[in-house]
Amino acid sequence: MNYLAELVRLALFLPPQGSSLAREIDWLHFVVITCTLLGAFGIAASGGILCLRYRKRVDRDQTIRRRGVPAPLLWAELTVVLGLFGLFVAFWVVGYWQYVKIATPPADTYDVYVSGKQWMWKFAYPDGRHTTDTLYVPVNKPVRLILTSRDVIHSFFLPDFRVKHDVVPGRYTTLWFTAERPGTHRIFCAEYCGTWHSRMLGQVEVLSDVEFQRWLSEGEHERDFPLDPDMPLANAADSSLSTRGEQVAAAHGCLRCHTVDGSPYIGPTWAGLYQSRVPLEGAAPIDADVAYLTESMMDPLAKIRRGFAAVMPSYIGYLGPGDVGALVEYIKSLQHIAGGVRLAPAMPAGAASYVLPDTGPTPIAPPAGESGQPREQPKRTLPADARDQAPLPQPAPAATEQPQLQRPVPLQDGKQP
Amino acid sequence: MYEPSLGEQFDSWERQSDTLRFGMWLFLASELLLFSGFFVLYAGYRAEYGPDFVQALHSNTLAYGTANMYVLLTSSFTVALAVWEIRRGASRRAALWLGVSALLGVGFLGIKAAEYAVHIREGALPGPYYHFHEAATLGGNRFYTLYWVTTGAHAIHVTGGIAVLLWTALHALRGRYTPRDHARFENATLYWHFVDVMWIFIWPIFYLA
Amino acid sequence: MTLPAFKQPTAEAYDQAAEPMPSYLLAQTGFSSWLNTRDHKRIGVMFYVAVLVSLMLGGVFALLFRLELLTPSRTIMDAVTYNRLFTWHGIVMVWLFLIPSIPNIFGNFILPIQIGARDLAFPKLNLASFYVYLLGAAIVLTGLMLGGTDTGWTFYTPYSESTPTTLFPVVFGVFVLGISSIFTGLNFIATVHMLRAQGLHWNRLPLFVWSIYATSIILVLATPVLGLSVILVGIDHVFHLGLFDPNVGGDPVLFQHLFWFYSHPAVYIMILPAMGVISEIVPSFAHRSPASYNAIALSSLGIAFIGFLTWGHHMFVAGISTLDAGIFGILSMFVAIFSAVKVFTWTATLYQGEIVFSTPLLYFFGFLFLFIFGGMTGVAVATQSLDVHWHDTYFVVAHFHFVMVGGSVTSFLAAAHYWFPKMFGRMYSERVGLLSATAVFIGFVLTFLPQFLLGNAGMPRRYYSYPPEYQWLHVLATGGAFLLGGSVILALGNLLVSLRYGPPAGRNPWDSRSFEWLTESPPPAHNFEQPPQLDRGAYDYQLTDEEAYVRTFPR
Repeated sequence: MNYLAELVRLALFLPPQGSSLAREIDWLHFVVITCTLLGAFGIAASGGILCLRYRKRVDRDQTIRRRGVPAPLLWAELTVVLGLFGLFVAFWVVGYWQYVKIATPPADTYDVYVSGKQWMWKFAYPDGRHTTDTLYVPVNKPVRLILTSRDVIHSFFLPDFRVKHDVVPGRYTTLWFTAERPGTHRIFCAEYCGTWHSRMLGQVEVLSDVEFQRWLSEGEHERDFPLDPDMPLANAADSSLSTRGEQVAAAHGCLRCHTVDGSPYIGPTWAGLYQSRVPLEGAAPIDADVAYLTESMMDPLAKIRRGFAAVMPSYIGYLGPGDVGALVEYIKSLQHIAGGVRLAPAMPAGAASYVLPDTGPTPIAPPAGESGQPREQPKRTLPADARDQAPLPQPAPAATEQPQLQRPVPLQDGKQP
Repeated sequence: MYEPSLGEQFDSWERQSDTLRFGMWLFLASELLLFSGFFVLYAGYRAEYGPDFVQALHSNTLAYGTANMYVLLTSSFTVALAVWEIRRGASRRAALWLGVSALLGVGFLGIKAAEYAVHIREGALPGPYYHFHEAATLGGNRFYTLYWVTTGAHAIHVTGGIAVLLWTALHALRGRYTPRDHARFENATLYWHFVDVMWIFIWPIFYLA
Repeated sequence: MTLPAFKQPTAEAYDQAAEPMPSYLLAQTGFSSWLNTRDHKRIGVMFYVAVLVSLMLGGVFALLFRLELLTPSRTIMDAVTYNRLFTWHGIVMVWLFLIPSIPNIFGNFILPIQIGARDLAFPKLNLASFYVYLLGAAIVLTGLMLGGTDTGWTFYTPYSESTPTTLFPVVFGVFVLGISSIFTGLNFIATVHMLRAQGLHWNRLPLFVWSIYATSIILVLATPVLGLSVILVGIDHVFHLGLFDPNVGGDPVLFQHLFWFYSHPAVYIMILPAMGVISEIVPSFAHRSPASYNAIALSSLGIAFIGFLTWGHHMFVAGISTLDAGIFGILSMFVAIFSAVKVFTWTATLYQGEIVFSTPLLYFFGFLFLFIFGGMTGVAVATQSLDVHWHDTYFVVAHFHFVMVGGSVTSFLAAAHYWFPKMFGRMYSERVGLLSATAVFIGFVLTFLPQFLLGNAGMPRRYYSYPPEYQWLHVLATGGAFLLGGSVILALGNLLVSLRYGPPAGRNPWDSRSFEWLTESPPPAHNFEQPPQLDRGAYDYQLTDEEAYVRTFPR
C-alpha cells in the first residue's frame, strides 16, 4: 500500500510528504485526479464510440430522423448527474474537513513570527533571536507560523507540507505544520509581489531533538539585529539596541504621542514606565513588563491606561520583531527618568493630532500648521542584480553562484526522508 | 421639423418604444451594480472600523446633504412634470420643465462644491491628505475617503444627467417627441430618477446613520 | 410609416431569384460604408479583425515569456520585462480577446438571424460598442507602450497601488473596454426579448441564443463592478488614496472580493458562448435534435446565476474564514454540475444520430476532452484542502488554460469554421481544417499538461526564475506553445485563404435545421427578404430541408 501511494505520488509529481496531514491530503488528491482522468477519457471515448457507431451511412434510411432520446437514456443521464453531484459533494466534505484541519493549529505549538517583505522572509523565534530565509523547527512538534507582511501581499508556501497562506500587510495570518522527520523543505513565495517574486525563496530546516537543542544554544542565528534598509535613520555603525529603539520610535511616529521626559501628552509618557504600576480602564492595575509593552504595540486597545483616550493604532505589520525588541530596550532605558529632565525636543503645542502610523521618514516634531503630506513611498525596486544589500549569514552549505537557490542540506545521518 | 423614424428592425412603433424603454432599464441595472460596489466598500470599512467610522459620519454636516436631498427630490418632481407635459404633446413646456430640473441639478452641484470647499478647509480629504482634527482616526480617514469617491462618482453622474436633460430639452424644442413616440425622452428622465435614487441611498449612509 | 407589403416567394423562387438580393458584403461599397455601418453582420466582421489581432498580440506575449522559461534563470530577458509580459498576456487575452470573441463576432452576426430579426435592437449602440472597444484597446496598448504594468491581470493591492510601473492607462483602458461589454450585453438581452420572429417562443429559441442571453446577463451585471475596482486601483495608484493600502487603513482583501465578484462570472462570459457554439454544432453534424433541449438551455441560466455566488474560491488562502470558504466551495460544485449536464447532453446527442464527420465536429471532440479535463480540475481546485497546495501554482494556470483555451478557443475555432460558409459564402479546405484541428489539440496538450505536473510539484506561477529540476517540464510546455501558436495560425490561415480562393458555399452546406441556414450564404443586408413566421423549432431534424423551409417562410 505504501509503495502504491509512493508510486502514485511520483507519477503525479507531488513533492515528498513532510507531514501526516500532507499524506491525507494526497489521498484526496489521488481520488480527485483519478475521477478527472476517468471522466475525461471515459466521456471522450464514449463520444468517439458513438460517433463511429452512428456515422452517416449511404445505405441507411435517411428520411426517418428521430426526434428525441428514449426516456431510459435520459433517466440514465439524470442518475449519472446526481451521482456526480454526490461525488462532488463528497469531495467538498472531505476537502472542507481537511481544510479546517489545515486552518486549526493544535493547542501546544512552537510559535514563530514570520515577516515577509520584498523579497525575503524573516523569522523571529520565541527566545528573541531571528533568522532570515531559513526557518529552524524541531521535528515532531507542531509549529505555528504567525505571518505578516511589511509591504505587499506575499504568500508563504511549503509544498512538502501542502500548506500555504497569504501574507497580508496590516494583519496577521497563521499557518501550521508538524514535520515528521528531519530534513530540508523549500519555501516559496506564492503571490506575485514585484520584480524578484521568484527569488523570494527560503527553506525550512527540520532538526532532530538533539540538533534543535544544539541550535537553540549555539546554532546559526543572528546575534546582532540586522539593520533594516527601509529605515533611513538606522546607523550602520551603532549597534546598541536602545539607541536603535530611539530611532525606531522616531521613524514610526511613536514620539508624536509619547514623550520621553515625563511630560503629559496624548499617550502615556515612557519615562519611568517600565516596571511601574499601570492603572487600567475597567481592569485591575498591572505592572508594565515586557509583555505589556509588546502587547501595547500590537494590540493597544486590549488594555487602555486610565485617563487616556483609546486612539493608539496597532503596529502589526509596521514593527518587525527586531524593532519591537529595540523599542522595549529603549523604554527600559528610560526607566529611571523622573519628571523635568528632558531627553528630546518638546512637542510644539497644537501639533497635529494626526495619529496614523507612518513608515516613511518623519521629523520628530512636525512643523506647526503643516497639512498632511502624501506619505513618501519607500523605494520598492532594487537594482537588477541585487538582493537586499546586507550580507546575511547563510545556513550551511554555501550558496551556489545563483544566490537564490539553496541546495537541500544533506541529512546528518544520511537517511533519506 | 423633425421626421420620426421607425428602425427597420422593429415591426411597429410600440415595439420600438418598448424596446427603448427595456434597454434603458438594463442600462440602469448596470449602473446600479456600479454603485453597489461603493456600498460594499462602505459596508466593509464600516464593519472594520466601527465607532471611529461612525464618529466621522456624525462630524459630516447634515445640512448640506439634506439640502441636496430636497434639491434632487424637487428636480425629480419637475422631471416627472416634464414627462406629463410631453405625453400631452406640450413639447415646449416639457422642455421648460427639463430646463428647471437641469438648473436644480446645477444647484445640487453648487451645494456639493460648497460642501467640498468646507471639507478641504477642515482637512477632511481622502487618503494621505487627511488631517481632520475632529475625527483623527483611521476610521475617520476611511469614512472620508469613501465619502469623496462615492459622492464624486455620484456628482459625475449628476453632471452627465444634466447634460442628458439639456440635450433632451433641446430636442423637445425641435419637436422630436410626440405623444406617441417619446421613449427617448422618458429614458432621459429615467436616468435622472436613477441619479436621485442613488442619492437617497448615499445620503443616509454618509450623513444620517 | 407603413412597412412594405409581404412578398410570398416559393422556395424555388427564392433559390433561383432572377435578381438575388446583394449580400451584406456587397450591398454598399466603400470604406466609410463599413466604418459607419449599422449592419450587425458588418460590425461582427469588424470585431473579427480586431479580435484576431488581439489574439495574435496576446499569443506573441505568451511565446516570448515561454522562451524565457526555457532555462531556470535568465534566457532572453530580465525579470522586469518578464513580469510585464505575463501581465500583458493576461490583460490582452482576457479583455481584448476572450471576453469579446464569440459574443461580439458570432453573437453579433448570427444571433439576429437565428431569431429571425433584421438586426439587433440597437444598431447604433452596436457600432458604438465597436468603437468603444477600439478606444479601450488603444488606451490599453498605449499603456503597454509606455512601459506597461507588472501586477498580473488581477491587479492585486497593495502592490498595484505602489508598483513603479505604468498602471493608470492600462486600467483605464480596461474600464473603457468594460463599457463596450455592457453595451453589447444590453443589446443582446433587448434583442432576444423584443425582436424574436413570430412563432419563436422562448422554448424554441436556438441554444446558441440561450447561451448568449445568459452571457449577456453577466456582461450587464458583473462588468460594472470590475470597472469600479480597476478604476479605484488606478486612482489609488495616481493619488495614493490608499483605498486598499493598509498603511492608510485600507484592506487589501476587500479589493480581492470586489475584483473576483466580477472576474469569476467573467470566466462564464468566456465559456458560455463557447458552449452555445458546441450546442449548435453537435445537433447540426449529428443531424438530430439535442438530447435534452431544456437541459442545455436551463443549465446556461443556472451557470450564469450560480457563477455570481462563487467568487470566494479564488481566496481560500487569502484570509477568509473557514465558514466562508466552505460556502464558496459547495456553491462552486453546483456550477460544475450544470456544466456536466451539458457535457452529457452533447454526448447523448450523438446517440442515434447520422453523424457527418467534419472539421467543426473534430473541434468538438477536442473540446469535449479538454473541457471535461479542465472542468474536473476546476472541481479539484474547488476542493479546499487541495487548493491550499495548488493555489497560485501552475496547476491553476493549467486548469484555466484547459477551460479557456481547450474550451473557449477550441470552440471559437469551431465556430470560425462552422459559420465560415454562412458569413463569407465560401468553403475552406477540409483537409487543412482537420490537420489544424488535430495540431491545435496536440500543441495544447503538450503546452498545458506538463503544467499540471509543475503545479503539483510546487512550482508557483508568475515566476521568472525557478529551481532547475523543473526545467524539462518547462521545455515541453514551450515547445507545445509554439506548436499551438503555429496550428492556430494554420487554422486561421486556411480561412483567410479560402476567403479568396475557396469554392462557393451553398445556403446550407451542413444540412442543418438552425434558422441561419435558411438564408443565403452570405446573407443579404437585411437577413431575410421577408420576416420568418416560425412553425417549428431550430432542431426539427425529422423534417427535410424543404419542409423546414416551408415551415419558416409559409407560402
